[in-house]
Amino acid sequence: MGMKNKKDLAKFRETVIEKYPNKVAKKRAKAIINNDPENIPEIQANIRTIPGIITQRGCTYAGCKGVVLGPTRDIVNITHGPIGCGFYSWLTRRNQTSTTSDADENFIPYCFSTDMQDSNIVFGGEDKLKQAVREAVELFNPKAVAIFSTCPVGLIGDDVHKVAEQMREEFDNKINVFGFSCEGYRGVSQSAGHHIANNELYRNLIGNDDTMVGSAKYRINMLGEYNIGGDAFEIERIFEKCGIQLVSTFSGNSTISSFEQAHTADLSLVMCHRSINYVAEMLETSFGIPWIKVNLIGADSTAKALRKIAAYFEDDELKAKVEEVIAEEMKDVNAAREAVLPKTTGKSAMLFVGGSRAHHYQDLFEELEIKTIAAGYEFGHRDDYEGRRVIPSIKIDADSRNIEEITVKRDEKRYKERMTKEKLEELQKQVDLEYNDYKGLMPQMEKGTLVIDDLSHYEMDKLIEMYQPDIFCAGVKEKYVVQKMGVPLKQLHNYDSGGPYAGFKGAINFYNDIAMMVSTSIWKEVKAPWEKEEMIEAVYAC
Amino acid sequence: MRKIAIYGKGGIGKSTTTQNTVAGLVELGKKVMIVGCDPKADSTRLLLHGLAQKTVLDTLRDEGEDIELEDVLKPGFGETRCVESGGPEPGVGCAGRGIITSINLLEQLGAYDDDKELDYVFYDVLGDVVCGGFAMPIRDGKAQEVYIVCSGEMMAMYAANNICKSIAKFGKAGEVRLGGLICNSRKVDNEANMIQEFAKKLGTQMIHFVPRDNMVQHAEINRKTVIDHAPDHVQADEYRELARKIDENKMFVLPTPLAIDDLEKLLIDFGVLN
Repeated sequence: MGMKNKKDLAKFRETVIEKYPNKVAKKRAKAIINNDPENIPEIQANIRTIPGIITQRGCTYAGCKGVVLGPTRDIVNITHGPIGCGFYSWLTRRNQTSTTSDADENFIPYCFSTDMQDSNIVFGGEDKLKQAVREAVELFNPKAVAIFSTCPVGLIGDDVHKVAEQMREEFDNKINVFGFSCEGYRGVSQSAGHHIANNELYRNLIGNDDTMVGSAKYRINMLGEYNIGGDAFEIERIFEKCGIQLVSTFSGNSTISSFEQAHTADLSLVMCHRSINYVAEMLETSFGIPWIKVNLIGADSTAKALRKIAAYFEDDELKAKVEEVIAEEMKDVNAAREAVLPKTTGKSAMLFVGGSRAHHYQDLFEELEIKTIAAGYEFGHRDDYEGRRVIPSIKIDADSRNIEEITVKRDEKRYKERMTKEKLEELQKQVDLEYNDYKGLMPQMEKGTLVIDDLSHYEMDKLIEMYQPDIFCAGVKEKYVVQKMGVPLKQLHNYDSGGPYAGFKGAINFYNDIAMMVSTSIWKEVKAPWEKEEMIEAVYAC
Repeated sequence: MRKIAIYGKGGIGKSTTTQNTVAGLVELGKKVMIVGCDPKADSTRLLLHGLAQKTVLDTLRDEGEDIELEDVLKPGFGETRCVESGGPEPGVGCAGRGIITSINLLEQLGAYDDDKELDYVFYDVLGDVVCGGFAMPIRDGKAQEVYIVCSGEMMAMYAANNICKSIAKFGKAGEVRLGGLICNSRKVDNEANMIQEFAKKLGTQMIHFVPRDNMVQHAEINRKTVIDHAPDHVQADEYRELARKIDENKMFVLPTPLAIDDLEKLLIDFGVLN
């Protein structure tokens, strides 16, 4: 992008806020930033969306049930509420899972709901919830049942935690039953639901089983990976090839026992910082497992992540193996990349998605020599933009206070310091591990590019109109609007029908898909009937 | 058919006043239905001579949607038709939603239909208008007239003022109007004058001052209205008078609720200083 466009990007904020009423303009202005990676500006994030603005955001229930717990296959997830919440969150995220045999449980294809009726609202829904749990246990005999609260449950005060406790007792503690107070209205976005999910995962599952599964020397957890379109399968393949034991994934292609054994790993990798950093911290505090930030989206980023792991374990054998794997995998990656570069080089992209995806996918676009000119999160916090160093300066408002913050203590029996702090810091000096750290999206984006939090529909229209990106990345709510404006849209929540995009093979898939999308003019060719029909203008004769 | 809702602070005597007034209207030859909108289901006790009523919501829960009007409607003193909406036990579910459900059901079952030839429907509503459900009787044209039971006690007047805010709000969009304040005396100093002034400031009237009399308590213990229990007692005449005034009432207004400062000034001017 030339200097002219860069200058143009500086005009965006004043152009859009001009149309807003004063108060709204003042508020939105703080969320629309021209980036400066050398001197990172403050951005407003994780605050309530202004009523009336069309937001990309989802609700707390969606973050808890849909994002964090959804990809686990052997927990029966019951939505306690009227049928809509359960029905419309049923199989919508393309989380894949892979059972090892037909005997393995997989409840992902099912939709469980208490289907609350008027009388359950009036008299309380606890009895119906108990009945639903009993029915699920009778039909499926699962290892665990999780209960998710929807808005009316919070309004009428059904106590899902109490019900869970009673049901556990009823089943002689042989079936783990636990609840989530993840009523949709609770937070400003789905981010609140992630936090609530993290808390209950820790309370009810993590540390329940000390079995050490697998024989590999290097034992890791993969946090914040949700196996969209088979991402987890590719990541598992790479780790296996390197001889690294994946103890647990939160929560792509996961099982309940993998959660319960997470404390037996020696390192946690954090992918989506926003949705899972709480679990990462708790694993370190309680059990002494350090966490490092990685990104397995992008071939170079995957190679970087593997080198970080090898550096952490300080094992020459592993280092050699990792290099061998990278070299082997990169052959195909480079060939695929070379083939598409003529189609992709110099193109521009915009990414408005998630709480880490708008950052992670910039690595893949860089590999394609496509420049990200605008990006932002739906539900990220300031630390996801500016880096964790700003956490102490984040103002805690009433909305955040509404979400339970649990403090965990060291597990005296099972705490084992994997590596001393001094040693980690020493290592950190040699290799950029990003131990206990996430630098955020802003340091990676060029000076002058746009960073916009909680993008509104109006702002999206304006972005496209003013800067005509070659590709726009968001979700299904934006997809068809953007395409009608003549710009291809890649869904980065569910990958449309594509994927995997993680790891090496995933990168190749992404290169090919994006090259195809940015080379077609189909969306510009398609016209609505009223745009292509001849218009005949006439006046009535008086 | 006139549709009347009685509101007022909890414990002020809404149910007692409503039932005694209904008994007075019955004596005037009126046909009355009374709908209790309190989960405690004690709005028809004096007319039915006891808590003999199975509530609409209990019936709905036990027998499903397939219910007859007769299942939830019991004849009481002087052929009054008595219904209790009912609701969940305290601390569970949503009582407000319960009222909405049960009034809708009564409408479906034809409780208000012309063939019932009702002159009056009374809604006796729980305490303050704490949420949308308790405002149901004054929304959507369910009730057209509201009477607020109050006394010269400060909290009763606060509550009455708040209820006026609801009426003003819903009245703008609908047809509900305030018919007046019923002062159920607590023997507060200068009570009648103060409530009269309060009513004037709200743009309404004190429709009647019901003096405090132990006979009300006696009748209650006997599960009867005063008119039923002691028809010749002076207190019975007070209720007959209230019934007549309501029957003849022509003053229906959109109230003008007071600012808190004005309300407190009124209390000081009439209550404390004199």
